[in-house]
This record gives sequence, structure tokens and C-alpha cells, in this order.
Amino acid sequence: MDTPVVEMKQVKKRFGYIQALGGVDFKAYPGEVTAIVGDNGSGKSTLIKILAGGLKPDGGEIHIRDRVFASLTAKQAIEQGITTVYQDLALDNCKDCAGNIFLGREIMKCKILLDHRLMRERTKELLKRLHISIPDITQPVEKMSGGQRQALAVARAVYAGGDIMIFDEPTSAMGLKETSRIMELFLDLKKQGKTIILISHNLFQVFDVADRICVLHNGFLVDSFLTGDSSPQKLHEMIVEKEEEMTDEEMV
Amino acid sequence: MRKWFSKYSQQIFLLAVMILICIILTAESKYFLTWKNIKNILEANSYRMILAVGMTFVIASGVMDLSAGAVVSMCGVIMAVSLHAGFSVPAAVALGICSGAAMGALNGILIHYTGINFFILTLAVSGMLRGISLMVTDGKPITRFGQEFIFLGIGRIGGLQLSVILAILLVFVSFPLMFHMKWGNYVTALGGNKDALEKSGIHVGRIRISVHVFLGATAAVTAVIITARLNSAEPNAGMNMELDAITAAVMGGTAITGGRASIGGTVLAVLILGVIRNGLTLMSVSSDYQQWITGFLLLVSVLISEIRVRKTGALMK
Repeated sequence: MDTPVVEMKQVKKRFGYIQALGGVDFKAYPGEVTAIVGDNGSGKSTLIKILAGGLKPDGGEIHIRDRVFASLTAKQAIEQGITTVYQDLALDNCKDCAGNIFLGREIMKCKILLDHRLMRERTKELLKRLHISIPDITQPVEKMSGGQRQALAVARAVYAGGDIMIFDEPTSAMGLKETSRIMELFLDLKKQGKTIILISHNLFQVFDVADRICVLHNGFLVDSFLTGDSSPQKLHEMIVEKEEEMTDEEMV
Repeated sequence: MRKWFSKYSQQIFLLAVMILICIILTAESKYFLTWKNIKNILEANSYRMILAVGMTFVIASGVMDLSAGAVVSMCGVIMAVSLHAGFSVPAAVALGICSGAAMGALNGILIHYTGINFFILTLAVSGMLRGISLMVTDGKPITRFGQEFIFLGIGRIGGLQLSVILAILLVFVSFPLMFHMKWGNYVTALGGNKDALEKSGIHVGRIRISVHVFLGATAAVTAVIITARLNSAEPNAGMNMELDAITAAVMGGTAITGGRASIGGTVLAVLILGVIRNGLTLMSVSSDYQQWITGFLLLVSVLISEIRVRKTGALMK
């Protein structure tokens, strides 16, 4: 087995009285799609926000290749080759497609001026390559549909080109056609040797693209297995069972 | 073409309003459309233009600064005290501008690191700065600074007052700064979606502080012009000047919620407000009405801005 590119050890996070993560161990390997599944409030988004530098953990370690971090800032995460598609998409609604894709990595002319023309051209090329249809790329993002916005966030992550790509519910607002294109994109990125971490509620989608599945429940990693060792039905039963166990404990 | 009209609708509307006001005032007073009066309008509004451009950047970043007028007063007092203490004019001006930038930095640091609402914070800073100005001056104006300093307020180069040249230069520098450089791009992104900017790896605090430093510096330049023009530094100088600056920026099309800015719109709005003031003076209308009109125009601008925001769905951010 390959050495994991990302390894999170005993990562903990509390929000006031709520324990979001109670000491999670997580690994992701190169050239693999690792899916994180679990019910709402299981800690999936908190875990990836910690990895993407959006949240500071209360404890634990984050190993990225041969470097160890107690916590990461967004800048450090980007420097380590981590790119993220957040559930809230993190788009600036007032800017157009190019403004969002190139935010923080602008193309300059004469080193001081933004090259708007070139950025728009590159945006057109990128969207065409990813089969993303946005009729007017100069309109502000706020005028786009939910699916278009989500596709734009994915395109931004692809353009950023990190080795470790995190996708938090990347297709929740997309139609079937767009979703299948994004799934093809995952397989393509996997072939390129990228490490992909996928969070999704859609278990069938997870089984279509993931190599490895980690199940989180109530802030703990309760299971981790290769996709071939389970099925969407079994996984669904496991999540429901865990939820019922918790409800029983609460009743007791 | 339609897209262009839609993008610049507010500026086109302002231009139309300006032309309409000019036509009315020309009919009312034959003195209005003379070069002398136009020069008067430009000179009287040059320092307002400088502060409004600074405020445009701050509003584009998603906040407002209610202490800008107090910074003007404080910087004037600092320059006056240092000139009386024997500082040379360049040294006193440099000290005043650095002080303005430092006061701006204080606002930026407080807004970013405390997370307290910017209205309350900048209002508190405004009260503190006005208080210090009053304490230092004992409530009395500090006067007489010498011809070299007065030149900065009323001196002319090529027939134009220095303050007008400064305002024009600032406007020309602000265009590329806001729309064609990284910093301006980050300033509007800060107002558009702070989280998106942070998640792009940009140090949001640095942008927040720097944009307030910029406003502080423009407030200090305003203070230089006013103090030199009046040959007097007054603790009450710059009173309500932030209201004029906010009105001009919002009227010009800068989104009150941040994320979008219009330097051209701010310029047009300052000129409209200036023309209205001038027109009222020419028609011998009391200056009390000018304050009322500024407040009314701010209200109308905010309402229009809010409608635009709702229409485009920008509240989603």
C-alpha cells in the first residue's frame, strides 16, 4: 500500500459545548478518491475545514507528505497543494467567473496590472475543457444558477491544480448531466495521481467514484473500508444503525 | 451595448441628473455657467473629492468609517501644533499624513481583530479623536502658519488650485488601483465575500488595515488643505464630512454592502453635491438646507442601493 499523502491523527474540535470531532484518524492516498460519509452533524465538514485551513483544531496532528502541522492556515494549506471546493462554495458574488477563478492567483501584466483579458480567455478555455456551460462569463456570479455556481467552484479548484483536492458536496445543486461530468472529472483527476477527498450524501455517487470510504459518526471515525468490500445498501444500513444506537442511548 | 448601459446605469443616471441641475441653474443664474464659478465649484469640492475617494475604498471593502471627519480635525491639530513647535512645513505635513494613516490603521485593527460592529467602533474612535482635539487646543483654533503652508491650501499651479490638482491626481491613481491592481481586487473581494478571500489564501486583516490606512491618509490630505486654506486648525473642523463622503460614494454606485465600487460615480456624486451647494448659494438659499439635502440624498442613495442589491440577489453573500 502507498504511503498516505494526508494523515490526520486524533484530530479534535469543540464548538462550545458541542464536540464536533472527538479524536478522528483519517488517511488519504495518492491516486485515490477517499470519501467521507456520515449523517448530518457527524463532523465531515469540520474535518475537511481543518485540513483546508479554515478551522483550527483543539488537538491532534496533521501530516501532509513529510510535514507535520498542529494546525494550518488557508495559505499554508494552499502552499501544501490543497485545493478545496467548500459546501458554501466560497465565491464572491459580485465578481465574474474570471474574478473568482483567479482570486488569489491573478495573472498580471507588467507585474503590477491585472491582465483581465488573459484571465477571461483562460476562464473560457477552462470551462470549455470541463464542459461547463455558462453562457455569459462576464456576468457577476450572483446572477448564475446554483448549478453554474457549483460548477464554477469546481473549475476554480481544478485550475488551482493542487495535488490534494477536497470536494465538500460538490454536486448537490447540479442536474444529472452536470453531476455525471463532475464524476468523470474525478476519475480523470484520479488518473493524474491526485489525492481526492470527497464528501457526499449520495452513497451511490460515492460508490461510483470512491476507492476508500470513511464513515464518521458523532465526531468519531466508526469505520473505514475499501469500496469493493461494501455496498451502498450496507453502508446506508450502517449509518441508520449508528443513528438509532445514538437515539436509544439518548432515550436511556 | 445594453450590457454596458446596465453596468453603468447609476453613473449615466447621475450624469443626466447633473446636466439637468446645470440647465436649471443656468436658467436661474447667468453667473452659474462661467469659468470663474466652475473653478469655484472645483476648488470648494476638491478636498471633499479626496475624502470621498478614500471612503469609496472603505465602503467597497464592506464597512464604513464614521471617524473620517474627526481624523481630519485631529490631523489639522497635529500639523498646527508641530508647525508652532518649529517643524518645517514638509515635516509637519508628513507628520500629519502619517498620523492620519496611523488613525486609519487603528480603525482597521479594531474592526478586524475585535469583530465589533464598525458603526460603533468608528463612532467611538470619532468621539475619542474629537475629544483629544478639543483637549489639545482647549477648544480654540490654532492659527497663523506662514505663507509656505498657506500655499498648500490656496496656491495655484497653471491656474488651478493645488487642491484641485491633488484631487484630480488621486482620482486618476484610484482608477487603476481599484480596478486593475491586486490590492483593489482584494478590497472589493473583502466586501463581496470575506470568507472567499480568506479561503483564497489572502491575509484579510492586512487588506482591512491597509484600506483604512488609505482612508486615513486621504483624511490627512483633506486636513492639510482645510488647515492651510483657513490658516487655522480648528477642533471642530471636518464636522459631518464623513456624511458627505459616504453620501457621495453610495450615490455614485458603490454598494453599501461592499463588493462593488465606482470611482467615476463618486466623482460625479461629489460634483452634483457641489453644484447643488453652489446653486443654493447663488439663489441665496440658507446653508441650513444644504445639510438637509445631503441627508436626503444619502437616504435616497441607500434606498436605491438596497433595491439594486435585492434585485441582483447580492444579499445572498
